[in-house]
Amino acid sequence: MSNEKIKAELEKYEAAVAKAIEKTPERKHLPEQRLYTPLDVKGVEAYTDEIGFPGQYPFTRGVQPTMYRGRFWTMRMYAGFSTAKASNERYRYLIANGGTGLSCAFDLPTQIGYDSDDPISEGEVGKVGVAIDSLADMEVLFDQIDLGKVSTSMTINAPASVLLAMYIAVAEEQGVPADQLRGTIQNDILKEYAARGTYIFPPKPSMRIITNIFEYCSKNVPKWNTISISGYHIREAGSTASQEIAFTIADGIAYVDAAIKAGMDVDDFAGRLSFFWNAHNNVLEEVAKFRASRRVWAKVMKERFGAKKPKSMMLRVHTQTAGSMLTAQQPNNNIIRVALQTAAAVMGGTQSLHTNSRDEALALPTQESVTIALRTQQIVANESGLADVIDPLAGSYYVEAMTDRIEKEAWDYIKKIDELGGAVAAIEKGYIQKEIQDSAYKWQMDVENKRRIIVGVNEYTMEEEPPKGLLKVDASVGIEQCKKLADLKAGKPINKMTKGRDNEAVKAALAELKEACKKDESENLMPHILKAVKTYATLGEICNVMREVFGLYEAHVSL
Amino acid sequence: MDKIRVLVAKPGLDGHDRGAKVVARALRDAGFEVIYTGLRQTPEQIAQAAADEDVNVVAMSILSGAHPHLFPKVVNLVREKGMKDTLIIGGGVIPEGDIPALKQAGIAEVFTPGTPTTAIVDFIKANVK
Repeated sequence: MSNEKIKAELEKYEAAVAKAIEKTPERKHLPEQRLYTPLDVKGVEAYTDEIGFPGQYPFTRGVQPTMYRGRFWTMRMYAGFSTAKASNERYRYLIANGGTGLSCAFDLPTQIGYDSDDPISEGEVGKVGVAIDSLADMEVLFDQIDLGKVSTSMTINAPASVLLAMYIAVAEEQGVPADQLRGTIQNDILKEYAARGTYIFPPKPSMRIITNIFEYCSKNVPKWNTISISGYHIREAGSTASQEIAFTIADGIAYVDAAIKAGMDVDDFAGRLSFFWNAHNNVLEEVAKFRASRRVWAKVMKERFGAKKPKSMMLRVHTQTAGSMLTAQQPNNNIIRVALQTAAAVMGGTQSLHTNSRDEALALPTQESVTIALRTQQIVANESGLADVIDPLAGSYYVEAMTDRIEKEAWDYIKKIDELGGAVAAIEKGYIQKEIQDSAYKWQMDVENKRRIIVGVNEYTMEEEPPKGLLKVDASVGIEQCKKLADLKAGKPINKMTKGRDNEAVKAALAELKEACKKDESENLMPHILKAVKTYATLGEICNVMREVFGLYEAHVSL
Repeated sequence: MDKIRVLVAKPGLDGHDRGAKVVARALRDAGFEVIYTGLRQTPEQIAQAAADEDVNVVAMSILSGAHPHLFPKVVNLVREKGMKDTLIIGGGVIPEGDIPALKQAGIAEVFTPGTPTTAIVDFIKANVK
C-alpha cells in the first residue's frame, strides 16, 4: 500500500475521531499522538542499518543471536544486610531457589570507605547492605560459595578497587585463579556525583582509579565486567527515560575517553564495559528505551571511537525494576508493578535482572517478599511466552517510532554535554543534576495534580493497618561489627584466622600504597591495593590513605 | 511573621536526595526561605547550620534506616543551641513502628513515602512558632 493511500485513509479516520471526541471526550493528560501507522516509521529500506538482526550491529534487537532461546537472563537478586554471616545465608538461600547470580549490597560506610568504628558510621552499620571492614568479613560473606562457579555483581563505586581486591583475595584462598572470576563492579563514579551520592574523591583521581581497574582487569581478570555504567540511579533521582540513557551514555563516553587517554586500545577494554538500566512503569516506553540505548552506544563506539570488535559496540545491560515506583500504600500492589516492569525489561532484552520486593518502600525486604520477587522473574521466563521470540515488539509502529524518538532525544543531550566539555564538566557545572531535578519536580507535581495517577497513593486509596513483619536491622549489629573490628586491629585472630593480622605488615603495605597514589596514572594502584588487602588492612585504613593523597569531592549543591 | 525559614537537611551517609530536593523546591514555591545542606551532614553540622541560618524549621530526610539514631541526635543538638521553638520534622523510608519513638524524641511530624508536598507545607504553616 502506498503512503498516499494510507494518508488518505488516515484523514478519514481523523474525521471519525473528531466526531467521536465530540460525543465522548478522551481522557486528559494522554500522549499527544493517539495512534501510530506506517507513516511514523522508517521504510523497510532502513531496516538493516537501523534495526538489523540480534547479535549484529547496531544491536537494536539485542546483543546475542538467540537471546533467551539459548538461556534466560541472569536472575540476580540484589541482597545484603546486617553482618556478612546473615548476608551469606541469604545468598545461599537465593542460589538454592534458582537465583543464577549474586548481587551484593554494601552498607553506606562500606560504600564511602569508612570502617564500622568510624564516628561517621554511627547508626548506618549493616543498614542498607552488609558491613565489610576487611578481608575477614569478605571471607565470611562468600563462605561455602564457589567463586569459580557463581558470577557476582558488587554495587560498589568509589572504593570498588578495594572490594574487587578483596574478592580476588577470597577467590585465591578458595583456589580459584583471578582469570576464572566472573562478575561486575559498579565502579561508576560519575553517576555518584550526579545522582547517587556515594562519592569520595574528586573526579580526576577517581577517573585514574577507574582506568587503573580497566587496565589491571584486562590483563588479570579478563572475564570481569570492570564497570556498570548506570542509568538506574539517574532515573531513580527523577530523570525521564531519554535522560536516563543520554546521561549514562555521556558518562560512558567520558570513561572511554579517559582510558584511551591513559594509553589503552579501545578494543582491549570496551568489551568489558556494561550498563545498568531501570525498568520503570511505562512498559512500551521502557522497551523502546532499551532498544534505543543499544543503537546509540553501538554508533558511539563505532563512529566516535573507531572500535573494530563487535563486542566493543554491544551494550550489555543489567536491569533493576524501579524502586522509586514502589508505594508504601497497599504494598502488595507492588507485586503487580514489578511484574509489568519485569515484562518490559525482558521485552527490552536485558542480560540480567533484579526484581524489587513489595515491601521496599518501607524497609529492606523479608525473605518471603524476596521469594515472590524472584518467582516473578521465573513466571515471566517460563510461563508468559515473552522470552520465546526475540525482540517481539520490533515492527510495532509505536515502539519503533518511540525507539527513534528516544534515540534522537539522547543524541540531542549528548551533543549538549559535548558542548559543555563532556560529562565530567557537565556534572561539575551542575547541568545534569539540574535536568534531573527539574524532571523529578515535574513528576511530583503531576502526581499531586492528578495528571498522573498512582494507585493507592492519589487514587483508589483506603485505610490500612500498618504492615507487620518488616525486616529490621538491630542496632546490636553495629556493636558486634565494631567489636570484631577492634579485635582485628589489635592483632587478635577473628573468624577462621589462625593468627591475627601483622600490624607492621599492614603499616608497610599502606605506606607503599600511599607512595603509589602520589605517582601519576601510569602507576597502577590495583597491585598495591591487593597487597594491602591481603594483610587484612581495613577498607577504612586503605581509603584514608587515598583520601590523604587525593582529597575529597566537594559536591555542587543547587536547588 | 517574616518569611518562614527552613533548613532542609540530609543527615548521615545516605545519598538519596530526590525527596529532599523536591520538598525543598515545593517549600520555596510555597513562599518559604529554603536552605539545603547538601549530602552527608553530621548532626553537629546540621545543628550549627540551623543556628547560623536562624531557621524556624529543620526538615530532615533519611532513606537509609539510620533515622532512629540520627533524628533524635539532631533534635538534642538543636535544642542545646537554645533553639527551643524550632520546629523539627523528618521524612523518608520510615516504618510506621518507628514513628512513636521519633515523636517522643521531639520530631514534630514524620512524613512517609507518598506524602504530597502540600501536606508538609500545611503542617509547617500550622505548627511553626
